[in-house]
Amino acid sequence: MTEFPRDAILVVVETGPSGELEKAAPGLLGAAAAVGTPIALVLASPGTGSAAAEEAAALGAARVLIAETSDPSALGVPSVDALAAAAEQVQPDAILISHSLNGRDVAGRYAARSRAAISADAIGVSRDDEGVVAHHSIYGGAYNVTSTSTFGAPVITVRQGSIEARATAQPPASETLAVTPSEKPAARIDSFEEAVAATSRPELRGAAKVVAGGRGLGSEEQFALVGQLADTLGAAVGASRAAVDAGYIPQSQQVGQTGVSVSSQLYIALGISGAIQHRAGMQTAKTIVAVNKDSDAPIFEIADFGVVGDVFKVVPQLISALEARKK
Amino acid sequence: MKIIVLVKEVPDTYGDRKLNLETGLADREASEIVIDEIGERALELALTYADANAGTEVAILSLAPEGATATIRKGLAMGAGSATHVCDEALRGADLGLTAETLAAALRRVEFDLVITGNVSTDGSGGMIPAMLAELLDVPLATGLSSVEISDGAVSGTRPVESGVQKVSANLPAVISITEALPGPRFPNFKGIMAAKKKPLEMLTLADLGITADNPDAARSIMLTVAEKPPRAAGVKIIDEGDAGEKLAAFLIENRLA
Repeated sequence: MTEFPRDAILVVVETGPSGELEKAAPGLLGAAAAVGTPIALVLASPGTGSAAAEEAAALGAARVLIAETSDPSALGVPSVDALAAAAEQVQPDAILISHSLNGRDVAGRYAARSRAAISADAIGVSRDDEGVVAHHSIYGGAYNVTSTSTFGAPVITVRQGSIEARATAQPPASETLAVTPSEKPAARIDSFEEAVAATSRPELRGAAKVVAGGRGLGSEEQFALVGQLADTLGAAVGASRAAVDAGYIPQSQQVGQTGVSVSSQLYIALGISGAIQHRAGMQTAKTIVAVNKDSDAPIFEIADFGVVGDVFKVVPQLISALEARKK
Repeated sequence: MKIIVLVKEVPDTYGDRKLNLETGLADREASEIVIDEIGERALELALTYADANAGTEVAILSLAPEGATATIRKGLAMGAGSATHVCDEALRGADLGLTAETLAAALRRVEFDLVITGNVSTDGSGGMIPAMLAELLDVPLATGLSSVEISDGAVSGTRPVESGVQKVSANLPAVISITEALPGPRFPNFKGIMAAKKKPLEMLTLADLGITADNPDAARSIMLTVAEKPPRAAGVKIIDEGDAGEKLAAFLIENRLA
């Protein structure tokens, strides 16, 4: 086996139900390429490894290690075993993993097993004289913090949708990784139901534009206005916690400290007062627009363009003005 | 059945939260300190099971500074039977690795069937302690559960992931973490508050647990820099005079956002 580059960054990516790489893969490889040579560990279901490896190379992985699990119903443990084997071979300067549910499980277990240090929920990476540094945005974007490991390669989980950089495609170079199972006890995946895209709207996490609605929409039926504006703009739909608690929209669309954090180019808040809890999930958006009938609503303190008015008057007029321009 | 629920003190997300710019640590004076709500939901899950299954023991475990007794007592007032508070000056600024080692050592002292935690804290947003505990304690792990069924000897639930929803199960003992989809916490009643004062609350130090904070074999995560972002300034604010929708459209078009 040939040696791995000395500046290797081990990027852990898993495949989805149809064998495609997870959505975070381009960002993870993009971040890795900026600080070293990206080596991908592809965690694949049986039979999907080589196609996924080609995808990883196209996204910038200089080399790809393929680990097809022999026990697809074991939750998490085979992935950790594969990462342990890959890290042993590659001896990377850092390990990058998505800060997704599965990614956090793998990162946490691996770090506990190998006594490595974790830099959690990073929004970027850089390199200094001593190694790879993780950048974090803390308390809903109020603080910028950097962290690293006292020694050894830091295990860095990267916030989904936070990395815009993309790596140059590399010629495919992949090999199968030999993994010795740890025999650690695992939970079982008894069944899996694939999410059917009920909407053609962009996904909230990582969306370039977001239109979000709050309690001010008044009812589940009237919340449809948020979707209409979103569709006019090609935006994702979000909501405040108050709107979720009122049952206007499922919890998966909640923006805020305890929901999804977005850093979109455009964030339009309709009928959202802008409690700190909500702002923590959206105040890093590039341009913020707010429409609210309460001129004292805290959302106006951070809005680039605020309209004090009735969403049911302002938004339909906005939609027709935008539609008229399209014609 | 013995269920241990992990709870964490955090700065209230409904108020301003500050970091000390010299130490990089949370400024505990700046905000109101509360039990992280997701931990309260974890406790609610355990208490709901205990209500329906006699002989269930629910205990709280928390790693927190000295002043955390009040928030831990709140958990006892909700109905937990006992609590363990790990408190040591050497844990100030502890990273995920040291936190997990310490909690695992505290869990090893008791015969537990199930450990329940929240999926992610609102302050650190790490969401990795459950995985680290499962690894250190050699038990199965089921994270991010949006519904949970506890039975004798097993736990199962639904686990939403990026591409769909898994149904998962594990034999006990196990570690699970739950999402906000689970029911919110009950309010402690007067009887509960009075009873909480008499419930056992054990204090433990790192020495009691045989943990060394500066173990040279373990890599630690360290903060290199901390900076406060300038607050966002307000921009234009107009009052609708019947044409605000058109003005807003013009703003979006001008800024190439439409």
